[in-house]
Amino acid sequence: MASNPQLNANGELQHLLSIEGLPREILLQILTTAESFVGVTEREVKKVPLMRGKSVFNLFFEPSTRTRTTFEIAAKRLSADVINLNIAASSQTKGESLLDTVANLSAMHADVFVVRHNSSGAPYLIARHVKPHEHVINAGDGRHAHPTQGLLDLYTIRHYKKEFGRLTVAIVGDVLHSRVARSLIHGLTTLSVPEVRVIGPQTLIPAGVAALGVRVFHDMRAGLKDCDVVVMLRLQNERMNGPLLPSAQEFFKNYGLTADKLALARPDAIVMHPGPMNRGVEIDSPVADGPHSVILPQVTFGIAVRMAVMSIVAGN
Amino acid sequence: MSSKLPDAEALLPKLAAELKAHVTPATAMIGLHTGGAWVAERLHPLLGLKDPLGLMDIAFYRDDYAKEGLKHDPKKTRIPFEVEGRDLLLVDDVLYTGRTVRAAMNELFDYGRPRSIALVVLADRGGRQLPIGAQYVGAQVEVPAGKKLRLKRAASGKLSLELEETAGGE
Repeated sequence: MASNPQLNANGELQHLLSIEGLPREILLQILTTAESFVGVTEREVKKVPLMRGKSVFNLFFEPSTRTRTTFEIAAKRLSADVINLNIAASSQTKGESLLDTVANLSAMHADVFVVRHNSSGAPYLIARHVKPHEHVINAGDGRHAHPTQGLLDLYTIRHYKKEFGRLTVAIVGDVLHSRVARSLIHGLTTLSVPEVRVIGPQTLIPAGVAALGVRVFHDMRAGLKDCDVVVMLRLQNERMNGPLLPSAQEFFKNYGLTADKLALARPDAIVMHPGPMNRGVEIDSPVADGPHSVILPQVTFGIAVRMAVMSIVAGN
Repeated sequence: MSSKLPDAEALLPKLAAELKAHVTPATAMIGLHTGGAWVAERLHPLLGLKDPLGLMDIAFYRDDYAKEGLKHDPKKTRIPFEVEGRDLLLVDDVLYTGRTVRAAMNELFDYGRPRSIALVVLADRGGRQLPIGAQYVGAQVEVPAGKKLRLKRAASGKLSLELEETAGGE
């Protein structure tokens, strides 16, 4: 607690690096603030003046159009100035170190760095070296964490299910390589969800995941029984024909979400997916487009959640 | 100086009677979270307005964000009617520096262009830092230095004005 790198001396959110280690009150503060921003995004003028004059630098060391765009929209709706840098394609290839890159950008008077990096821990390294008025938001680091995605999942669950205290939530698929799964598990347990399940083949469930307080299922039908929330994970293309899986078809047969498997969950279950989806691999089209799916609302909520995170950290 | 504060409950019917004389078919009411919303919830049913009450939290429009950040959890702004062309009654509990009202007007114009806005406050304690005045005032209240005038709501719903020590200023 003494050295939580995300909190300032007053225990307020200074950087958002991971959901792990965030106190329950801060998670709830973010969700409640996001709810007010959802109201803003439904208006004709979808913009508030809160972060006028502040600069948000999107530092993407790993390409991701989608996540970068949602951060960009969020910053613009807060009236911040947004600068997008695809560093994969610039200085890093010229041999500049990560910290030199950040020091240079800091000299351009940044207030918030949104960082996506393929190395786990890169946002932590940056957070340790920025000036006190600069803030770092992790937009995905390696296999480690993707806290804003986890937060928007929590927001979506609260929106549809109102409370966390009686839910059964299943996370299905490639848990091993998923930074989304890790962030979400920490969030759900912090908010006292009584039952969190992970479902997937042995090869894609990390050893020791049970220590996070989740139940592991290798049989999807057993795992989905009576679930309130089903979170499908993306099976990354490069894994499909790798050594961990026989084939995409085989995976779909065992772990793809189809209407008949979903029927085992509760009748009012919601289906979530962080996107982008592989239809016919981890999720069947009729389910992705069906009445239980809240995949598109997740995207809308994601913007409000990122507005909340940015405005909270930049104000602390 | 008398330290006797006016009775908030007694001010409400007086304010309502004053407002009633000026209600037009285009009149609608918006209360500012949190105290202004309490006052508005009491005044609204007395005026027979056709639209439900609007509620506004000005957290995203404050002028002290750079210094203070987002310190409390903002409530959701809900304006369940078109603002365009309306005669709005903006309701707050205590009028002091005028900064909240400035923020509220900025927020309102992001919803549309009202025909007019009138400010309704339960108490005006002076001390303005901006050129803002209220059209409907329940009472003028003198507040001793180092104190803050706050509206309280009891579990029964009863409203009362109270003086508090300022904790590190406003």
